[in-house]
Amino acid sequence: MPLSAIAGSLAAHLPWHPAVAVPAIDSAIIWQIRLPRVVLGALVGSMLAGGGAAYQGVFRNPLADPYLLGVAAGAGLGATAVIISGASPALLPVAAFGGAAGAVALTYSLGTGAGRAGEDPGQRDTSGTASILLAGVAVAALLTAAQTYLQQSHAQTLQSIYSWILGGLSGATWSQVWLIIPYVLLSAVTLLAHRRLLDVLRVGETEAGTLGVNVARLRLVVVIAATLGAAAAVSVSGLIGFVGIIVPHVIRLIAGPSYRVVLPVSMIGGAAFLVLADIAARTVQADTEVPIGVITAAVGAPFFLFVLRSRRARMDAS
Amino acid sequence: MISVDGLRVRFGATVALDDVSISVPAGGWTALIGPNGAGKTTLLRSVAGMIRPAGDIRIADRPAGGLRHRQRARLIAYVPQHPQLPPEMTGLDYVLLGRTPHLGYFAVESDADRRICLDLLDRLELADMAGRRLATMSGGEVQRLVLTRALAQDAPILLLDEPTSALDLGRRVDALELIDELRRERSLTVLSAIHDLTLAGQFADRLVLLRQGRVAADGPPTQVLRDDLLSEAFGAGIGVIKMADGQLAVISHRQRHRAGQA
Repeated sequence: MPLSAIAGSLAAHLPWHPAVAVPAIDSAIIWQIRLPRVVLGALVGSMLAGGGAAYQGVFRNPLADPYLLGVAAGAGLGATAVIISGASPALLPVAAFGGAAGAVALTYSLGTGAGRAGEDPGQRDTSGTASILLAGVAVAALLTAAQTYLQQSHAQTLQSIYSWILGGLSGATWSQVWLIIPYVLLSAVTLLAHRRLLDVLRVGETEAGTLGVNVARLRLVVVIAATLGAAAAVSVSGLIGFVGIIVPHVIRLIAGPSYRVVLPVSMIGGAAFLVLADIAARTVQADTEVPIGVITAAVGAPFFLFVLRSRRARMDAS
Repeated sequence: MISVDGLRVRFGATVALDDVSISVPAGGWTALIGPNGAGKTTLLRSVAGMIRPAGDIRIADRPAGGLRHRQRARLIAYVPQHPQLPPEMTGLDYVLLGRTPHLGYFAVESDADRRICLDLLDRLELADMAGRRLATMSGGEVQRLVLTRALAQDAPILLLDEPTSALDLGRRVDALELIDELRRERSLTVLSAIHDLTLAGQFADRLVLLRQGRVAADGPPTQVLRDDLLSEAFGAGIGVIKMADGQLAVISHRQRHRAGQA
């Protein structure tokens, strides 16, 4: 398709657009298939990367990603339940979102409750974080076990469950975009509003507390915001891995660790990364789509290692 | 300014503080002394609100339990013994963290906050550190920078946990002189844990000797720095000598060595 047709088709949707003649079929491909896919990819990428940066900040753990507290396992269980029950595919994003949010709520209530029961006032802050992370591991394992059992006991739907779990943006529609945009906006605005407080947390939870930060409340609000965004992303795209952990770290290595930079740039970088990865997923093999998770890992991992090495070389030299 | 009444703190089976009551008058420098594990840090952390002990703590005549995080941070600035230092953070950004209790929840620092912090950096002779990363600073520079962050909180009470433990003797005296000057300039109330008994006696106007979680002595240095009290608290031979200018110096005796000779 020539560039002029793309430009013409996009211009035709602007108010007071110039008079252009684009074949209806081309216009439909661009407006109904390609463009929603690009927009959805950008939204999903920004939520996964922004959520990853926020989780890393609030748990002060470089390995944190938006799936850490059970988002992936919960969404997977919800999606599997809908697929094997043969219910309307329209329920799929709802079930995935509900499973993801429910899993994180379960993790959080179990994790903070455990921290309170094992009260050790000297280490209350750190044990709070650690017990939430451990509860996340346990909840994810439990839900994954349930999901795997359901999946294996319904062999006829194995293919569609598996392709949902691999994740992807094929079949993106405008209605999916409208479905997740409230959560995306709420999550992005809330996370960006906490950029300074996440910087205060860089001196540790105890010192942040003496500086006047209510750390427990901060953690809860940031986790809720990041989870809403990640759950919305997962509900329409499946489980696309690697974006939430690699994009924020690349941004940190290039632009420094301040969350005032890392949060907004991760959202933009995540959007760009996922759109590009999706183009690659569509085009590297002629007749079929490569799962986008394969692209994000295959391209992202070497690039990440390259940035890590060159950054270290620069630090050693200085 | 601070009053502590009947404080009890337990960590599991260990009793860290047992019925501790002290009161810290406004404007003075009170030093907590005592052997390792006597409860100095626990007492500081209780006053700072980092742990919630049984007992009564009042800060500026208000019950500490009822203070919100921000209110407390406007009254008390706390300098931990081992602060966490993000290596990539610049000196100015680190000091700006001290403005947190004065900022709205979603607000970022204003030019006025920046001005306050730059003036403080100037006052503590750290103007060159504003743009430097923490990783590139010396121990003495970092120690003053952490103090600068505490001053940026603009709180009337300054809690210091072993503020000089990482410094050599000359820098220790410098650092304590600086704290004393700032205390007078800004009418601060200082409560600090100090390991070095001689320095504690020279700089604080009041000493609280803790031993096994209890107050063993409380008063001006001449009353607390006594051979018998210190020897019992530290479980070692400790002598106090008066120097020519009237200041006290605390030294140790080698009792076992002497016993062997006799």
